Amino acid sequence: MQNKITVEALNAWFGAKHVLKNINLCFQENRITAIIGPSGCGKSTFIRCLNRMHEVVPHAKISGTVLVDGRDIYENGTDPVDIRRCIGMVFQKPNPFPTMSIYDNVAAGLKLNGVKDKRILDKAVEESLKKAALWDEVKNDLNKSGVSLSGGQQQRLCIARALAVEPRIILFDEPCSALDPISTSKIEDLMIDLKEKYTLVIVTHNMQQAARVSDFTAFFLMGEMIEFGDTKQIFKNPKEKSTEDYITGRFG
Amino acid sequence: MRWNKRKLTDRIMSFLAASCVVIAVVPLLSILYTVTVNGLSSINIDFLTKLPRPVGEAGGGLGNAIEGTFIVVGIACIIGLPAGILSGVYLSEYGDNRFGRFVSFVADVLAGTPSIVAGIFGYAFIVLYFGSFSAIAGGVALSVLMVPIVTRTTEESLKLVPGSIREASLALGIPGWKTTLYIIISTARGGIITGALLSIARISGETAPLLFTSFGNMFWAGGIDKPVSTLPVQIYTYAITPFPDWHAKAWGGALVLIILILILNIGVRLFTKKKYGM
Amino acid sequence: MDSSKFSFSRIGRSKLSGDLIFEVVVGFFALGIIVLAFLLFRELFVGSSLSRDTFGTGFLATSTWDPVNEVFGALPFIFGTLVSSFLALIIAVPFSIGIAVYLSELAPEKLKYPLSFTIELLAAVPSVIIGLWGIFILAPFIRDYLAPPLSTYLGFLPLFQGPMYGLSMLTGGVILAIMIIPITSSISREVIMTVPTHQREAALALGATGWETTRIAVLPYARSGIFGAVILGFGRAIGETMAVTMVIGNSPRISESLFSPSYTMASVIANEFVEATSNLYISSLVEIGLLLLLISVIINIIARVLVWRLLKVEGGGRV
Repeated sequence: MQNKITVEALNAWFGAKHVLKNINLCFQENRITAIIGPSGCGKSTFIRCLNRMHEVVPHAKISGTVLVDGRDIYENGTDPVDIRRCIGMVFQKPNPFPTMSIYDNVAAGLKLNGVKDKRILDKAVEESLKKAALWDEVKNDLNKSGVSLSGGQQQRLCIARALAVEPRIILFDEPCSALDPISTSKIEDLMIDLKEKYTLVIVTHNMQQAARVSDFTAFFLMGEMIEFGDTKQIFKNPKEKSTEDYITGRFG
Repeated sequence: MRWNKRKLTDRIMSFLAASCVVIAVVPLLSILYTVTVNGLSSINIDFLTKLPRPVGEAGGGLGNAIEGTFIVVGIACIIGLPAGILSGVYLSEYGDNRFGRFVSFVADVLAGTPSIVAGIFGYAFIVLYFGSFSAIAGGVALSVLMVPIVTRTTEESLKLVPGSIREASLALGIPGWKTTLYIIISTARGGIITGALLSIARISGETAPLLFTSFGNMFWAGGIDKPVSTLPVQIYTYAITPFPDWHAKAWGGALVLIILILILNIGVRLFTKKKYGM
Repeated sequence: MDSSKFSFSRIGRSKLSGDLIFEVVVGFFALGIIVLAFLLFRELFVGSSLSRDTFGTGFLATSTWDPVNEVFGALPFIFGTLVSSFLALIIAVPFSIGIAVYLSELAPEKLKYPLSFTIELLAAVPSVIIGLWGIFILAPFIRDYLAPPLSTYLGFLPLFQGPMYGLSMLTGGVILAIMIIPITSSISREVIMTVPTHQREAALALGATGWETTRIAVLPYARSGIFGAVILGFGRAIGETMAVTMVIGNSPRISESLFSPSYTMASVIANEFVEATSNLYISSLVEIGLLLLLISVIINIIARVLVWRLLKVEGGGRV
């Protein structure tokens, strides 16, 4: 199994605040890698570095390399817009475009990148919604507003929206933290289905979730990566004391 | 006993404050009442569709003034809405710098410009240049009043769009400018439209900027480079004459104008209240 | 192409420049606002040069306004504008504060929105319609019901002497007061609402009544913002044209009595601009416009500084 993403010596700052310190990490293709750690440990900042969303925040800085299929996404002259098109992202709170219909939400990424052919759009919308396990629930209401859906459905709509632009990698930033348990388990099942075709990285503060869905787990603490390994090993037999403390609930 | 005195003071002050509200509402009610009663008796189909007649002749109407108001306000919108909305986009998206803050400051100062001064500007800038009073000069003068209002309301509506919407769009690989143009503006469109409609309501009733720009005309509009009659100016002209049948015309015009403006205002407020719970 | 492989295009000068072009286009319109303000000022400055060269600063201090002999002085209009606006403030301020306090503190929750909406609706009524109402309803009312008691009981003051025909400084002041109450009261209300709840709660916890809470905890806190609101109202009154023109009587003289007709800066422009025949006449009117613009700019800046400080820093950024 090959490495899809290789992160080398990654450092990130907000202004003068050093939030990520020398991170080195690999992500394998068609696997789910979870990133866990107490809040403020830099895990969200870290995955935002993987699709160049970190730099959207004013005064944010970054150094180091992120290789995707061997090419550095921070190389000079690379367009961050292209990177983001290839690496999808799902956010903490469901954020469908409020004034758009379900159909337009899913089609937005394609439409605004110049796809006009109605047949291609129809097909992409249907396929993405099917992949996101939402099609059966909304196929008769495609013209309804995206925000009329329940929270869990909205989050799956956001996943479908990300899938429609055909990324190879999808980043999840605590995707279930705003959802109820039933919606959460639907999203988790969906992630497991998606790893057949995609490489997934998920940030979560929910350790059971990490244990349930991920193949590999990385533990972050105060901007540093403390431990990385097979999920079973991390949860059963952590090497580091602080990992064990966190997993057994002694802090955070 | 002391407690009773304090309670009494509280009651008295509440009563006084409430009576301030009541007294302030009296002029509004009186205006609405007199305009409706006096206006209704002169409004009929001819009034809305016919040209004015000389004093002493019965009949005739303000059709051309209604037409002219739409023309002049339309010209102001063509100039003022795009300029105001795009400036507002700049202030909200890129305005966090010295230039942006200076622009907001100037927009605020412009918003406080006396409307008669906008009229002088329209006169000096357009009327003198083309050598005659014109609808376009009136539209330009009104747009001076319109631009700062639209700019600030657009800016404020855009700033209310949550950052998560912008991030969602950028993360889809949609370029920054398309994100602003198609996602952010579309999300804020309710607020932008509200601001635009309120600014239209505001300028539709303006008289002072039109007195010596679009001037007046007893006939149908002959083109945007010619003087046109407008409702507010026509109301003013009729009101200050000594002729009772022209006074009646003024009341009729006032009723038409106030209906137009109040419909815009009340409609917009009900719409925003329902949608945004404001 | 192997679709599972990651591929992204190099560079995109052309793509990056989309953002740049957009920023430049909207920035161009923003610049337009500054250009507009500059042009506005320039047109008035250039247009008034003849008058400024001819009369110098004496223009401000001369009370003659004689178009036939081409002698122009702005003093009667400056006097009329200032007196009518002050009169408006004297009437409007107590009402506005009362309204603001009632609508933000004392009114039942259910009434707050409909009442403030109704009062603000008055601001939407066009000036010319208020003027029409002023000519036919307000002026006769003041002549018949307000002026007689004033001259009976306060007639020893020069303010209330002489005959009263309806169109007068007093009528102008009252109509201006009616027109500025919506803005002064609504901004005062917003300022009062920025007073933190814990201020009120502290007073309420001591057993203060609603009014005592307002007097002790709310009004002192909101004082400078209310002052700003009053100044904004003053700015509005100074620039107001049509309604005043229609009821103030339009006579360029300086009289001690509020019963005599007067003239304001905005009114003289509205009334005489079209019929002004000579260049000097027009130029003098433009200079009055320039003065009006400068005064209202200064007043607006002062007021905004006062109001903003509260609404921005303490209220969390909404103006």
